[in-house]
Amino acid sequence: MSKKIKSILATDCGSTTTKAILIEWKDNRYRLTFRGEAPTTVEAPFEDVTKGVLNAVMEVEELSGRTILNGDEIITPDNGEKGVDIYVSTSSAGGGLQMMVAGVVKSMSGESAERAALGAGSIVMDVLASNDGRLPHEKITRIRQLRPDMILLSGGTDGGTTTHVMELAEILAAANPRPRLGQNYKLPVIYAGNNKAQDNIRKTLGEISDLDIVENIRPVLEQENLEPSRDKIHDLFMEHVMAQAPGYKKLMSWTDAPIMPTPGAVGSLIEMIAKKENISVVGVDIGGATTDIFSVFEGKFNRTVSANLGMSYSICNVLAESGLDNVLRWVPFDIDHRNLTNRIGNKMIRPTTVPQSLEELVVEQAIAREALRLSFIQHKAFATSLKGVQSERTISDAFEQSSSGQSLVNMMELDLLVGSGGVLSHAPRRQQAARMLIDAFMPEGITQIAVDSIFMMPQLGVLANIDSKELKDDANQAALEVFDNDCLIRLGTCITPIGKAKPKSEMAQISLSFEDGSTKKVAINEGSLEMLEVPYEPVKIEIQPSRGIDVGAGKGEPLSSTIYGGVVGLIFDGRNRPINLPKDSSERIQNLLNWSAAVNEYPKGDLF
Amino acid sequence: MAHSYTPGLKVLKKTLFSKERILPLKGEVLVKQGDKLSPETIVASTSLPGNIQMLKVNNILNIEPGDVKACLVVKEGDSVKKGEKIAETAGLLGMFKSSVESPTDGTVESISDSTGRVVLREAPIPVEVDAYVSGRVGKVIHNEGIIVTSNASFIQGIFGIAGEKQGALQLVSQDPSEELTAEKITNDMAGKILIGGAFLSLEAYKKAMSCNVAGIVIGGFNYYDLKEILGYNLGVAITGTEKLKTALIVTEGYGSIPMSKATFDLLKSHNGKDASINGATQIRAGVIRPEIVIPLKDESSEDISSNVQEGIQKGSVVRVIRSPNFGKIGTVISLPAELQKMESETMVRVAEIKIDDKNFLIPRANLEMVELQ
Repeated sequence: MSKKIKSILATDCGSTTTKAILIEWKDNRYRLTFRGEAPTTVEAPFEDVTKGVLNAVMEVEELSGRTILNGDEIITPDNGEKGVDIYVSTSSAGGGLQMMVAGVVKSMSGESAERAALGAGSIVMDVLASNDGRLPHEKITRIRQLRPDMILLSGGTDGGTTTHVMELAEILAAANPRPRLGQNYKLPVIYAGNNKAQDNIRKTLGEISDLDIVENIRPVLEQENLEPSRDKIHDLFMEHVMAQAPGYKKLMSWTDAPIMPTPGAVGSLIEMIAKKENISVVGVDIGGATTDIFSVFEGKFNRTVSANLGMSYSICNVLAESGLDNVLRWVPFDIDHRNLTNRIGNKMIRPTTVPQSLEELVVEQAIAREALRLSFIQHKAFATSLKGVQSERTISDAFEQSSSGQSLVNMMELDLLVGSGGVLSHAPRRQQAARMLIDAFMPEGITQIAVDSIFMMPQLGVLANIDSKELKDDANQAALEVFDNDCLIRLGTCITPIGKAKPKSEMAQISLSFEDGSTKKVAINEGSLEMLEVPYEPVKIEIQPSRGIDVGAGKGEPLSSTIYGGVVGLIFDGRNRPINLPKDSSERIQNLLNWSAAVNEYPKGDLF
Repeated sequence: MAHSYTPGLKVLKKTLFSKERILPLKGEVLVKQGDKLSPETIVASTSLPGNIQMLKVNNILNIEPGDVKACLVVKEGDSVKKGEKIAETAGLLGMFKSSVESPTDGTVESISDSTGRVVLREAPIPVEVDAYVSGRVGKVIHNEGIIVTSNASFIQGIFGIAGEKQGALQLVSQDPSEELTAEKITNDMAGKILIGGAFLSLEAYKKAMSCNVAGIVIGGFNYYDLKEILGYNLGVAITGTEKLKTALIVTEGYGSIPMSKATFDLLKSHNGKDASINGATQIRAGVIRPEIVIPLKDESSEDISSNVQEGIQKGSVVRVIRSPNFGKIGTVISLPAELQKMESETMVRVAEIKIDDKNFLIPRANLEMVELQ
C-alpha cells in the first residue's frame, strides 16, 4: 500500500488573483492549514503565471513557517520538514475559451452545440445555422472577423440528409478561418453531426483545419449526446488555448495531476454536494472576467458562463448591460454619476485593486448584485431539460426551447445557494455575502445559503477529480474532509413568502423551536427584511402563510420543516419577488438603510 | 526581504525596443536583416483570399446537386467575368434552356456534388505591413514578417484607443497637471502627436480630430466620454481596431489625473521629435498596453534594456491606483507582513507609504510601481 499523503499544495490561478492552499493530515484527518494569495502575473513586467503561483506559495510559507520552495521550484514529496506530497492546480488565466458553434437548425442542433460548448466552459461568440437568416457571404465575413479559438460544427441526425450540414462545412472551408492566437497551427474544428457526412466533412475541412470528429451531438432528434463534444473541447482547450497563457507550460510540468479549468473544478464540486445531500443547488463563481453559474435541479446538472460579466476585467460591461441606474438602486447614498463611472472604469484598467474605503466597497457590492442577477437570467434561459450524457426530449420540447428555456430552475424548489468568487468569499462581513446572494438570486420559500469561505472550491474540485490510482483515494478523502470542515461556510437560511400582499401587511407567521427547547414566534411583513442570529444547528420551523401567500407548500398552505442557522442566522425576507425598490430616492435609501441595519451588513458610521 | 509583485507600466529613457511586424497570412518579406527602416517602409506583403460568392446552381436550374457538374461550362480554377455564363441546362430539343451567370469577377473555387453549390472567389485583397517605427530589421521571420528593433525611449500608457499612428511630438500642456483644452488645439497641429497634462475633454478630443491631429497622450480622460467617440459602451478593455483619425493614449486612468512626472518629463525632453504610437489595449491574459515609441538617433549598442525591478520593496517609488489618494506618488516606508483592516473592514496586506510627508497604510494591491530609468 502506498504511503499516506500528508500534505497537499493546491493553487488556483484566476484571471486576477492566484490562490494557494495547504492541506495537511493532522489528528487523523485532512484539514486546511494555511492559505496565501497574490496577484496573477500575466501582466508585464512578469508575463509568467508561475510567478504569481510562487508568490502565493511564498505567502503560505511565511505564514506556516514550512519550507515548500527551493528557489523557483516546489519541493515534492514531503520529507517531514520540507516540501509537500502533491501539488495540483486549476487555472482560468487563459482569458477564456472563445468558440463559434454551428448547427443546421438554430433551435435544435445549433442549441445543442451551444449547450455542449457552454458545458465545456467556453464563451460562445456566435451560433451559425442554416436558418439563421444570414446569407453565406455574411456568415463567412462573420467567421473571419471573430477569429474564434475553436469551432464546433453539428447538424443532422445520424443517417439522415447531409446536404445542410455540408453547406455549413463549405461555408467554413470558404472562410478558411484562422485561430485567434498564433499563425503556426490550424484552427481546431470539431465535427459532431450526422455520421453519414463524416467522409465528406474530412474532404472539405480536413486540409484547412485541425479536424476532430466525435459522435453526433444529436444522433436522433429526441436525444442529446453532449459528452463526447464537451470532452473534446476540454482536451483542445488545454492543448491550444490555456497553453497560450504565459508560463503555463511550466506550470503544467510542476503539477501531479492535469490542470483543470477553474469552472470545471467548481462545477464538479457543486455536483458532488447535490448528490451527497440529495438536494437542489445553485452555485455561482463570480470572477474578474466571467461569472459561472452551476445548478442541479431534479438531479440534472447545468452550467453557464456569462462571458463578460465580472468584477474587474468585465466590470464596465456589467455597467453597460445593467445600466447605471440598476447598479445605483442598491447604493444607499447619493453619488456623482460621472465620478462613479470613472472609478468603475479605473477598476477595469487596473483590475487587481481592492476597495479600501467603505464607499468603494458598497459600490463594488452593488455592481456584484447586478452581475449576479444578469448571469442568473442567462443561466435560467439555458438550463433546460438537459440530462448530461443523454437527454431524452420530445419533439414538442425541442420546439419550445427557444421560447421557454426555463424548464429546470425553480426557485421555490431550491434548497441550497452557494456563492464563491472574491466579492462573495472575501466580503468583510458574511452578512454582505448573504445579502448579495439573496438580492441577486431572489430565492423563494426556504433556502439555505452558504459561501466558499476562502474561495477554495476550485482547488478542492481538482483534488476530487484526481484519477491517478496512487493518489485518488487520499485526494478524494482530503477534498471531502476539507470541504466539510473548512470550505463551505453555512451562512444560514432565508425564508421568503411569495404572493400578492398589501404593503406592510403580514405575509406569514412563523414558530421556531430551538435545540435548547426554547421557542420563538416571528411575523414576516411585506417589504421587511429581518434577521435572527441562530448558529448552525437544527431549528424546527412551522410556517403559516396568509391567504394567497406561498412558502413552498402552496398558497395559504402551512409548512413544517427543519432548517439550519449559520454564521449569519435566519433571514426573514418579506420583500416579495421580484424585489422592487421604490422609485423615490429618499424612500429607496431609507429602505436600503433599514435592510442593511436589520442584518448588520455594514459598520455604523457616516454612511450607515 | 519582504516584497510584492505589482504590474508596472514602463517609462524608459532608452531601451532596445523591438516589435514583431507580422502578416495576417503567410506572404513575402520585402526587407533583409539589418536593413534600415523608416516607419512607412513596407516590410512584408501578401494577399488575403478574396470574398466568396456561393451560387446554388442546382436550385437556380431546378436540378439535383449531382447533376450540376454536367451543366457547368466552367471548371474549378477558371476565371470568370461578371455576367459570364457558368452553367446551362440542355433544355428541350435545344430550346427552353436555363442558365446561370456569374454575379462577380473571380475564380471558380469549388463545385460541390453533395450540395450543388458553386463557390466563386473574388480577386485577392492585397495586404501590406509597414515598419511602424524607424530602426533596423532585427530579425526576419521567414514568409511571415520581421522583428523591427530601434534604440528608443519607450512609454506605456494604461489605456488607449485607435491603432498605430506616427507624427512629431508637440508639447501643448506646460505642466503635468494642466488640462489640454480645445482652445489650445489648432489647425497647424495636423499630423502631430500632442502631449497634454492631466485631462482631455470630449470637446478637446473632437477638436483634435477636426484638426487632423495624429494622436494625443494625456493623463486622464472621462470613461463616459468614450461612448460618444466609440458609439458604444466600452464593456471590456480590448481596443485598437477603432477607425479614428486621432489615437488617444491615457497614461494614468479615467478622470482628471496629472500625468506622472517621469512620463511627462520624458515626453517633454523629446518635444519636436518623431514618434510612433499605438492605442491598442487588451487587458486580459497576454496583456497589451498602449505605447509611445520615440526612436533615438544614437545607435550605440550598449546594454540599454529595461532594468525591471523584482517588485515593490522598501524605498520603491509607487503610485496609488485606487481611491482614496488615487493617482498620488509616494515612497514605500515598510511592508508589514500582517494583514491589516481597512475602513471597508477588508483584511489586506498593506504597504506603508509616505506621500507628501504623511504616512498612509495602503493595500499593496492598490499600488503600482513607477519605473524610473
